[in-house]
Amino acid sequence: MKRTIFNSQLLPWLLLAPQLAITFIFFLWPAAQAIRQSFLRQDAFGIRTTFVGFENFQRLLNSPEYLNSLQVTAVFAVSVTLLSMGFALILAVAVDRMIRSSRIYTTALVWPYAVAPAVAGILWWFIFNPTVGIMPYVLGQLGYNWNHISNPGDAMTLVVIASAWKQISYNFLFFLAGLQAIPNSLREAAAIDGAGPVRRFFDITFPLLSPTTFFLLVVNIVYAMFDTFAVIDTTTRGGPAQATNILVYKVYFDGFVGQNMGSSAAQSVFLMLIVTVLTVIQFRFIEKKVAY
Amino acid sequence: MIRYSTISALALIASLGAAKAQTTVEWWHAMGGELGAKLEEVAQNFNDSQDEFRVMPSYKGTYPETMTAAIAAFRANQQPAIVQVFEVGTGTMMAAEGAIVPVHQLMEEYGDGFDPSIFLPQVVGYYTDTNGNMLSMPFNSSTPILYYNKTVFEAAGLDPEQPPRTWQELEQMSRQIMESGAAPCGFTSQWVSWIQTENFSAWHNQPIGTGENGFAGLDSRLTLNGPAQVRHWGNLKQWADEGLFRYGGPVGGDNAPPAFYAQECVIYMASSAARAGVIANTEAFDLGFGMLPYYDDIEGAPQNSIIGGATLWVLSGKSDDEYRAVAAFFDYLTQPEVQADWAEATGYLPITQAAYDLSAERGFYADNPGAETPIQQITLNEPTENSKGLRFGNYVQIRGIIDEEFEQMLSGAKDAQAALDSVVARGNDLIEQFQAQNQ
Repeated sequence: MKRTIFNSQLLPWLLLAPQLAITFIFFLWPAAQAIRQSFLRQDAFGIRTTFVGFENFQRLLNSPEYLNSLQVTAVFAVSVTLLSMGFALILAVAVDRMIRSSRIYTTALVWPYAVAPAVAGILWWFIFNPTVGIMPYVLGQLGYNWNHISNPGDAMTLVVIASAWKQISYNFLFFLAGLQAIPNSLREAAAIDGAGPVRRFFDITFPLLSPTTFFLLVVNIVYAMFDTFAVIDTTTRGGPAQATNILVYKVYFDGFVGQNMGSSAAQSVFLMLIVTVLTVIQFRFIEKKVAY
Repeated sequence: MIRYSTISALALIASLGAAKAQTTVEWWHAMGGELGAKLEEVAQNFNDSQDEFRVMPSYKGTYPETMTAAIAAFRANQQPAIVQVFEVGTGTMMAAEGAIVPVHQLMEEYGDGFDPSIFLPQVVGYYTDTNGNMLSMPFNSSTPILYYNKTVFEAAGLDPEQPPRTWQELEQMSRQIMESGAAPCGFTSQWVSWIQTENFSAWHNQPIGTGENGFAGLDSRLTLNGPAQVRHWGNLKQWADEGLFRYGGPVGGDNAPPAFYAQECVIYMASSAARAGVIANTEAFDLGFGMLPYYDDIEGAPQNSIIGGATLWVLSGKSDDEYRAVAAFFDYLTQPEVQADWAEATGYLPITQAAYDLSAERGFYADNPGAETPIQQITLNEPTENSKGLRFGNYVQIRGIIDEEFEQMLSGAKDAQAALDSVVARGNDLIEQFQAQNQ
């Protein structure tokens, strides 16, 4: 690698400045504000402010709604990750075997990724609408009374499907690239040794895919926890009875709808901690354990 | 071509000159679609009626979004002079002394001659302090009424001209409708919180909270778990299980209207402001109107229903000229013609007696069946301290809690008593926090 030597101290800082400014204005400054706000109790208009120490955090940890939200988020994130990665892997393996038509299928499968989360939410909301949707009608024919408005299980299923569907495209692309990077000679050698397709997949392909899988695992958990706000907002709005009220949605609702800035800020601080932990896991733990 | 552009340039300069002399005030609102167009028209007519002041409306999204935007703007010192806030935001706005200018104060200081007695007490009562002073200007107020499908009533062997008066009758009619096979569901409703809990309480003269439903001060607490409310929620659960009642979903109940329009549910409780929309969507059958049902064995029922909708709040930190503009605009809004036009076009309630009389004189109520029902319903009796309205802080979230606990009850996780007890406990926790924030 070529090493560039700068003659003056100023130029490198100047070149870095735009990125540093963005990081400071859009990440560090709001984060600092959130931390400050999390120790305050304030009315909506910001007229009366009191320092309350850790009260906002204490309230959260004693609140059954917050603990419920943690649990809901865990179930949601794991379900979305498993569903979207599972489907993506199956599709990638299928497309990988194709010779001429693989490009067409790849293009078709990537399409949903271009759909904005809010649009994806509305789409699935229509499909599963208990009164006018097609799915409840089909399920009704099969004897299942679908109603995500009052049934917590149905609601969770709906938001998981809507969120996972969008992410399948992304996972698919990475899995496909991962699969195509595996030398064919390895699989051919195994085939000559008498290993069947299932055995070849689990003993050769899947272990060699592990870097991609672990990378996607983290990306998907982060996606499910932080990028699915629009899906929740357009489908269930956290209901029924908080059954789909994930942490990010709760931050929004308590802060922007409920005007409870202190609690909302304290929740953001918890979220920051979660992101930090996930990032550390990604860099320290996973990168070392994975066989490249 | 050159001449045209010279003329238009001159016109532009002239209008700029005129605009400079004018005082312009911003009005943030939450009315989209046809209502928004009508609102723009009201502002435009005001602007055309004189050349001293200009009101500039701008649409800021839903009610919560508009309120949030105004609060954020206030914190950044960029607030509009007028903001439209929904009724459950009243507690928050009212407690924000220093951020708002009470309307009675504004009108006395900057208006010419303000007479609070011209307003309908049932409408402005929701937005007055304990001394009867108006804090905000009612703009769009509505109240829930009952809509029903006369065609299916007839098919089920019921008298199509007789809507249910009581809950007992409603239950019996729903049963007959389902048993006759005329429709798969008896009734549905928008807003479990606003209609089946808050209005239910007022309509039966039952308290929603202590301290005159919160009007008396920040130390008031919810008492929604009384025997009447428990009985009603318990019935709704049982009727939902039997299929007589279909839950329309949280907040406004998005799934209730399609169920009524598709003739699946035959009776529908919804805002009077939904009237135009209901008429447009029910051309396939004969539509009837009625008042909300009541339990005839609960003493004091029917009392009067309470309103929902939004009012205009004036924010602080503006110049005298701007407040003069706001006062002139509010004066304009309360003129009978302006008010009657707005109410007739939108289905909202007129806020002054004179506007109501004008509409009656013009024959509007005679020509439009059902249009008078909401006014008759809110003016049925002199409001008591249980039926004036309600005022609690953090009430947007409390409405969410009402929905959640109702859903818990529907799913069978709790009975009606436990669900309402939980509404009270969780709601009061939020009210305590609000009290702490604002003291």
